[in-house]
Amino acid sequence: MAYDKFTVLKSTAVPMPMENIDTDQIIPARFLKATERTGFGDNLFRDWRYNPDNTPKQDFILNNPLYSGKILVGGKNFGSGSSREHAAWAIYDYGFRCVVSSFFADIFKNNALNIGILPVQVSPEFLEKIFKSIETDPKAQFIVDLPAQTFTIAATSEIAVFDINTYKKHNMLNGFDDIDYLQSIKPAIQAFTEKSFY
Amino acid sequence: MSTTPTTLFDKVWDAHVVQHIDDGPDVLFIDRHFIHEVTSPVAFLGLKNRGLSVMFPDKTFATADHNTPTINQHMPVQDPLSANQLKALEDNAAKYGISHWGLGNPKNGIVHVIGPENGITLPGMTIVCGDSHTSTHGAFGCIAFGIGTSEVEMVLSSQCIMQPKPKKMRINVHGKLGKAVLPKDVALYIISQITASGATGYFVEYAGEVFENMSMEGRMTVCNMSIEMGARGGMIAPDDTTFAYLKGREKSPKGAAWDSVLAYWKTLKSDKDATFDKELNFNAADIEPQITYGTNPGLGTGITKKIPAAAEIAGSENSYKKSLEYMGFQENELILGKKVDYVFLGSCTNGRIEDFRAFASLVKGRKKADNITAWLVPGSHIVEQQIKEEGILNILTEAGFQLRQPGCSACLAMNDDKIPAGKYAVSTSNRNFEGRQGPGSRTLLASPLVAAAAAVTGVVTDPRALMQ
Repeated sequence: MAYDKFTVLKSTAVPMPMENIDTDQIIPARFLKATERTGFGDNLFRDWRYNPDNTPKQDFILNNPLYSGKILVGGKNFGSGSSREHAAWAIYDYGFRCVVSSFFADIFKNNALNIGILPVQVSPEFLEKIFKSIETDPKAQFIVDLPAQTFTIAATSEIAVFDINTYKKHNMLNGFDDIDYLQSIKPAIQAFTEKSFY
Repeated sequence: MSTTPTTLFDKVWDAHVVQHIDDGPDVLFIDRHFIHEVTSPVAFLGLKNRGLSVMFPDKTFATADHNTPTINQHMPVQDPLSANQLKALEDNAAKYGISHWGLGNPKNGIVHVIGPENGITLPGMTIVCGDSHTSTHGAFGCIAFGIGTSEVEMVLSSQCIMQPKPKKMRINVHGKLGKAVLPKDVALYIISQITASGATGYFVEYAGEVFENMSMEGRMTVCNMSIEMGARGGMIAPDDTTFAYLKGREKSPKGAAWDSVLAYWKTLKSDKDATFDKELNFNAADIEPQITYGTNPGLGTGITKKIPAAAEIAGSENSYKKSLEYMGFQENELILGKKVDYVFLGSCTNGRIEDFRAFASLVKGRKKADNITAWLVPGSHIVEQQIKEEGILNILTEAGFQLRQPGCSACLAMNDDKIPAGKYAVSTSNRNFEGRQGPGSRTLLASPLVAAAAAVTGVVTDPRALMQ
């Protein structure tokens, strides 16, 4: 699925300073019954966001008009658990383009990169600085610069450099995905199969 | 010729690399691809939108398991959304010529149960599925891991995925397991020691006496739970136990082909001096029956222990307190004696014949407690058949239990098998996340024996106390 190119993003951010935010919280299993990839944003963090009678939970961050933006900042071990790509779709569909944490679960990180969400891993100390910055000013701005691989807290100009491999960076900058790449090397795959054991 | 000692993981991975991209992922060839109704429809839609086809339909196997009902499977599926997904899987499988064991097929069952029991899973393979518990197949010396739907589309269209090579960890458990300590307890114990993210970024090899002496069912339980410590997957070197399990299975090689693969399979082990990025050692004697008390699989402890104080736990105090608050538990409380409302025996973790044997061994001659609702869900029709043939069904029936039909069921509660809000379930499944078994449900993960002990006493009970 092609996605928007990602270069430089300047935005406010939504803080969720909990650890181990698992994909069952991001999108509960009962919302995985679609056969298309649309509308998942409505159920993002469904059970944290809404009461059983579907009224919004007032104390949940996404229901607080003070906080908004295209960057979601989560605690350590973000995206653990189920491999459901629906979690990444829900985050994207809601409007986030970048998720920041001090540590990502492997499958979530792959899924995010595959659909055009940039996962930015920073140190636990820098993550605290980001949370503090939003606590001080909910409208604090952050700059995610993919070409430079930097995440900047605009108010203080503090900068964290993040990792992303060259291949994935190229894909995100251009809006390509792995399926495009794999199609381009089909002859090599075909040749490999001829000597495959199984 | 001298060669560098290599690990089992490297041997299997390196044999499947089609192409290495500098400062990028490896293009990895996939031998077996399992699909189910929930994570495949959007992948097929993607194929259609791009005008692509399925490159090797005979390397993909489809089953319906995640949102299927566990009663009245002969009737039309009531939930229109579930029915729609099941129909989409059936149509897509037919369109592209993929084998499909749907609802009602005698070989239907949970994807990670039916792969091994039909000999589709074989040592040295690379195996993926849009389900994180694909790590289960690592019990056969496979590199097996869960993938997202975009990757399902990649495998369908090119039989490859693109993955950075993970780091390697070996976890050794030495000695012999004590009374009533099952493979599930070994897994929960390791996770409680290293946390739910302790192996993130790694692929694990399990080694040592405990795993060497373990049955294939037990090894599958342990490898299944690898993802709950954050690992991409876990694997165990194949040995005579593996070969004996596979011999004669429907799709296992036969005759001369068997002899030929066997020779290859015997080479699948880490060399003596192979090095790992990380190596951990545990003693079997330190492991007692385990139970979880929090909302991630790392928050577990020995069944006789107290719920730890926040200060004893790695990670943030707020996250820990929120977790206990959700569970309705306090720091420093005993878990033994806590009231239980539901018992769930099943899932790709503990839905195999050995799990039902263990459960039955403890409930035999006893009665289900009145306050317990018990859902006993075999992992497949083949397991269900074994339960009947071995007389286990009679034991369960006499003790007041009923057997349901195969599926993922209350493990993720996509069908009607939902634990109600606020209720406590002792569950043999793999995740105790908030709302995992139904909105507001509270899950205590444990082994089939601990589940059986709760089922007959109505409270959290040490199974050893019932096994005099």
